[in-house]
Amino acid sequence: MTHPFSATTDLPVILQPTYRGPDALGYSRWLASMPVWTLPAMAVLVLLWPTIVQAQTVYSTEKIMGIMVKWLPLLLTKGFAMNVVISFFTMLVGTIAGLLLGIGRVSDNRYIRRLSWLVVQLFRNSPWLVLLFIVMLTLPFEIRIAGTYFAVPDWMKAVFGLSLPIMANIAEIVRGAIQSVPSAQWEAAESLAFTRRQILWQIILPQCFKRMIPPWMNWYAIMTMATPLVSLLGVTELVTLSRQAMEAEGNNPSLLVPFYGFALIIFFAYCYPIARLTMRLEKKFAVKG
Amino acid sequence: MIETVQDFFRTLAETHPKWNFIFFHDPSQWERVISGFYVTLQLSVVCVILSVVIGIIGAWAQGSPSRIIRWVVQGYIQFFRNTPPLIQLLFFYFALGQFTPTVTGPDGWTEQPIISNIGWAIISLSFFAGAFNVEIFRSGIEAVPNSTLEAAESLGFTRAQTYANVTFPLALRVSLPALNNNLINLVKTTTQAIAIAVPELLYEMVSIWNDYASAQNAAMTVLFFTYIALVGILAFGMNRWEARLHVPGFGKTS
Amino acid sequence: MDIMKGEVICIIGPSGSGKSTLIRCINALNDVQSGSITLEGYNVHDPRLNKLELRRKVGMVFQQYNLFPHKTALENVMMAPLKVLREPRAEVETRARALIRKVRLEGKEDAYPGELSGGQQQRVAIARSLAMNPNVMLFDEVTAALDPETVKEVLLTIKELAADGMTCILVTHEMGFAREVADHIYFTDKGVIVEHGAPETFFANASDPRTRKFLGQIL
Repeated sequence: MTHPFSATTDLPVILQPTYRGPDALGYSRWLASMPVWTLPAMAVLVLLWPTIVQAQTVYSTEKIMGIMVKWLPLLLTKGFAMNVVISFFTMLVGTIAGLLLGIGRVSDNRYIRRLSWLVVQLFRNSPWLVLLFIVMLTLPFEIRIAGTYFAVPDWMKAVFGLSLPIMANIAEIVRGAIQSVPSAQWEAAESLAFTRRQILWQIILPQCFKRMIPPWMNWYAIMTMATPLVSLLGVTELVTLSRQAMEAEGNNPSLLVPFYGFALIIFFAYCYPIARLTMRLEKKFAVKG
Repeated sequence: MIETVQDFFRTLAETHPKWNFIFFHDPSQWERVISGFYVTLQLSVVCVILSVVIGIIGAWAQGSPSRIIRWVVQGYIQFFRNTPPLIQLLFFYFALGQFTPTVTGPDGWTEQPIISNIGWAIISLSFFAGAFNVEIFRSGIEAVPNSTLEAAESLGFTRAQTYANVTFPLALRVSLPALNNNLINLVKTTTQAIAIAVPELLYEMVSIWNDYASAQNAAMTVLFFTYIALVGILAFGMNRWEARLHVPGFGKTS
Repeated sequence: MDIMKGEVICIIGPSGSGKSTLIRCINALNDVQSGSITLEGYNVHDPRLNKLELRRKVGMVFQQYNLFPHKTALENVMMAPLKVLREPRAEVETRARALIRKVRLEGKEDAYPGELSGGQQQRVAIARSLAMNPNVMLFDEVTAALDPETVKEVLLTIKELAADGMTCILVTHEMGFAREVADHIYFTDKGVIVEHGAPETFFANASDPRTRKFLGQIL
């Protein structure tokens, strides 16, 4: 019989916990673990809801259906499309800024390192909503470039607000990935007279690029789920439009479940494939190292 | 002393019109900030405690022999982890709020719902964070090796004694880092209660800068750093607790 | 198989031959599927058995020590008498310190299991079982996970225990040790006791071919 434990160090005192915490792939792992029929099941539930509660409502099932069908194109093209646009731009800005910030975290300049650390801590630990409010109010509604004024639309400001926490979290992913490359790689490259910048961009980052993709996609899904927050600041998107639509239809309580239910389903339908893909990629990259 | 501080900020507001820390020299605005801070604190503390209780009960129920109980817990976790907390809040307050009975208010003639908007915020946020806590505690309990529990059993411990003296203290140590993250996230999420007009810190600050445009910069600065401080205190406390519970040779060696 | 008070019994046999199952049944950690075990008037095979009461009389030491990692050595020893027997703390502490001295670990009272070597942990585990004042001690391959140099210190502790008149049942692979301390040796294979006898006769002229084959491989 062989025992994988040595007597003094690796005590068999605790097994590897399965929970990875919100900073790893916890969210995607969980979302991807749901069976494929979850979405149709949710859709059926929402569709049947008016029938289930019909006894208590003044609206008939047909009327609710009619209202939903009427608003659906607008909710999709002007509503959810906006959430997707905001999420794309947020990810773009957040990734670029986060990459630079993450490199700053491993800079050989002590002050850059400390400053990057501070920025990461500030934006990781403040509520997204507070950041959104601050950015929405401080950014001007128009900017002047070369004599002409460009209007800054509301959703653009929302992008900046959301990209701050994303930037801080991407920076942590970048730092973790860079530090996971064995230091022997640095030494080998240094001995070949590469500069520090060359080593980072040509040797280290290409190696850990794959490793960063799954957590990066995980954050994309988390952030997309957070885009309805911007409705609190009056930016037009799915939840804002749903509310306006309900108001236009007389604010009947029996519309709440169909409208919010639709919002839940569409977010789920969008994030679920991403989560599945994230887990596929994670598995694939884990094997190849 | 207070006079001096008030005078200082009054002068600052006169010399720098964009930096009017109105709540530092106007007592009535100060009271709004304090009441908002108090509501945020109340929300955070109550939700942290409730969500931990939900987590412990849920983790215990997940080990239940009854399949139905396990399914219910699983369904609960699935629902709350996958939907944005904002939509949960709106759903709880608007959709469920209309079904709760009303009582006659203290003035004797207005009808008030039994559960106020703060009540719904507490319920919704506790269930939101609780769903994560269930998973955290469950994985902590699973990390305790069977053989250690067997040793306790062989010493004559009852199941309850084993749970209280061995399983729980060990599971807690495994769970703490993840719990730490989740509770910090919970405190940050309390800001979303603004969506159902809970008068917490963000809500009060926003209304102050809506009332006094000159206070905008000042209010935002104070708001930002208050939350950083709140989260910082929680993180510091949790880290201290983690360090105090640390035993050599247990968990990570680094 | 009958065991008298104060006797030291060794159970040997190839892996998977049911040695550990046998010993775990005595402590009611495994259910008895057929047959009967009677220990000081307790019918261990009886499903209505009060397991907790039985376990207070029977101490058990495991291959992987299984100390409670969040308690110091002294606390590990004191925990069961305090919580299970509800004895007064001062009394338990005196006894626990004496036991730690007995297993030659003075000075390690406040060390956590993570700070002790395997042999030291195993001796704490022995002290932890002894603290319950058991009538019988069960040892389940207690040296199998240890480094060769720490095996000796654990065996010495067990030997002293046997010399004090404790009834001991050991599952072991240490043939030399078995020969030295055991009053009686049992050989199991494929879940049945094949042969037993006093150590001198057992090792010198085993009658069953399976026993001879096993001894031939080991010695």
